[in-house]
Amino acid sequence: MERPIIEMRGIVKRYYIGKPNELEILHGIDLTVRPGEFVAIVGESGSGKSTLMNIIGVLDRPTQGSYVLDGVDVGSAKDGALSAIRNRKIGFVFQTFNLIGRTSALKNVELPMLYAGVPGRQRAARARELLEQVGMSERAGHQPGELSGGQKQRVAIARALANRPALLLADEPTGALDSATSRTVMDIFHQLHRQGMTIVLITHSQQLAEECQRILTLQDGLITSERKGAGCRA
Amino acid sequence: MLDNIRMAFASLWAAKMRALLTMLGIIIGIGSVIAIVTVGDSLSGSLTDSLSAFGVNNITISLQQKSSSDEATGGRTRMFGMSQPAEEDLLTDAMIEEFTAAYPDQVRAVSLTASLGSGTVGGGEDTASVTVTGVNGQYADANDLELLCGRFVKDSDGERQLAVISDLACETLFDRADASVLGQSFQVTVGSKLLTFYLAGVYEYDDSGYFSMTGDDPVTDMYIPLSAAQKLGGMDKGYQSFTVVAATGEDATEFMEQAEAFFSSFYTRNESWTVTASSMESLIEEMTSMLDTVKLAIAAIAAISLLVGGIGVMNIMLVSITERTREIGTRKALGARRGDIRLQFITEAVVICLVGGALGVALGVALGGVGASLLGTAVKPSLAAITVAVGFSMAIGVFFGYYPANKAAKLDPIEALRYE
Repeated sequence: MERPIIEMRGIVKRYYIGKPNELEILHGIDLTVRPGEFVAIVGESGSGKSTLMNIIGVLDRPTQGSYVLDGVDVGSAKDGALSAIRNRKIGFVFQTFNLIGRTSALKNVELPMLYAGVPGRQRAARARELLEQVGMSERAGHQPGELSGGQKQRVAIARALANRPALLLADEPTGALDSATSRTVMDIFHQLHRQGMTIVLITHSQQLAEECQRILTLQDGLITSERKGAGCRA
Repeated sequence: MLDNIRMAFASLWAAKMRALLTMLGIIIGIGSVIAIVTVGDSLSGSLTDSLSAFGVNNITISLQQKSSSDEATGGRTRMFGMSQPAEEDLLTDAMIEEFTAAYPDQVRAVSLTASLGSGTVGGGEDTASVTVTGVNGQYADANDLELLCGRFVKDSDGERQLAVISDLACETLFDRADASVLGQSFQVTVGSKLLTFYLAGVYEYDDSGYFSMTGDDPVTDMYIPLSAAQKLGGMDKGYQSFTVVAATGEDATEFMEQAEAFFSSFYTRNESWTVTASSMESLIEEMTSMLDTVKLAIAAIAAISLLVGGIGVMNIMLVSITERTREIGTRKALGARRGDIRLQFITEAVVICLVGGALGVALGVALGGVGASLLGTAVKPSLAAITVAVGFSMAIGVFFGYYPANKAAKLDPIEALRYE
């Protein structure tokens, strides 16, 4: 059997540990995502969705439990190592795009490669290739302020793919977009999925989740249901 | 690194006004230091130049009243607390002869003078103002006088009424200044006396000195034989001061001390008077050290201004980091390590300070140039000061940029990404 991309066992997350207002958000999550899967994690606000996403994205560490990402045990990694894991293994797509202002689309896409230490010329070439892939090559020199929401998100997806990550982690990627542009963005995800990319989509929208292969529902810090979605629409 | 610098310039450019205001402290600090140092260097440079025109090897020997004997009435007259030495107190030719005999190798010339005061040459409308001074033959040697024609006053001229005048005065008198007018007689009015002199030589008037008065009608020197001056002025045979020219290669300061000791030995039993020696070199040293003190005081003030400027930079960096919290979060999510973030913001602070420093240097050189040219001295921007200024502004950037940058580096990516 292929090695899973995400292998989580008994993940617990508590805040304010040892204080009177100690709070347990995640009560023991088991999650396995295999290479090439397109998984949706659905949940209402307050369900622990963001906390789980932060842990999957290695922005936060679990209080208990083990997490192996693409063969790397995240639990024992130090701050600098976590940065490197985020840089090489994960491509983030945010609801609010989070492009760096006053910096061209091309430079934004280059950023993860800059932190990975890729030489300048190679960076630019790869960034152009990625912008081409999301249909943004004509806007490479534009700054985020000069782009529409959909265009920004396409640049952000190109940026997420820069270091050929093992996992594309999308947090409400269409949350700030109208339905037409949402469609374009989702089509890009499907296209990437067909090319073999492993994608975890975090959303509150059942409709969006239905497009994925597997839908996990998170409720009060536990995965309460797991079912198959429509999968790859194509 | 290059990307960091480019990024820093981009974010500076995005908030031009703010960046400029932030830099102002640095600009003013660096600018004032450079301006003051430029003016100071130019001033001391031209001061040294013009003083050495008088001869660095010249040692002035002069009588000085003994401070402890103020009560003793060794003097004839008292003016503003200063008394004049009596004839028996004056330095004599015999002493000078003894001195030159004692130091034959060190003494190049001894220049003796006796001033008759100011006067006018010529008559009618064409007059020139002169200062009439009796000199000995070695005076020209001590003062680097350049003769255009004729000869200088000689010791053997005795009391003959010969004169050496400037080319300016000569042209006023004879409409030309060449050999054809040598030997001609002319009238000089000194005080109430009308005197007749014969022209022995003409020297070139040099108006480049720092102390010279540049006007339409400059007062030039007229040199006459020493004995003639003493006789015409009814002066004593002796000197209150004279100039010794040390031989080239001689340490003027050391020789100055020897000369002072030598002449003082004649005055050990004198109740009111003693001898001091001073050289141009010691004068230059004194002035330079005075200028250095002024420069140091200014530097201290500038350091305070730079400190304030640095705090301004720190403040604006903290504001900038708060504004860009989401950006920092994003960068961290994309894989930036703490060191990357820290370096980015330190670079930004250094760039602010360096640009401010560069503008300050430009401002300082410009102001210093204006100041120096107002003082009529040559502009000499100090390369050392500029280097130090640029280095210092860079250090300010690192020092005051470190705290905010470190704060940014330590931000929690989750908090930062959530920041509105």
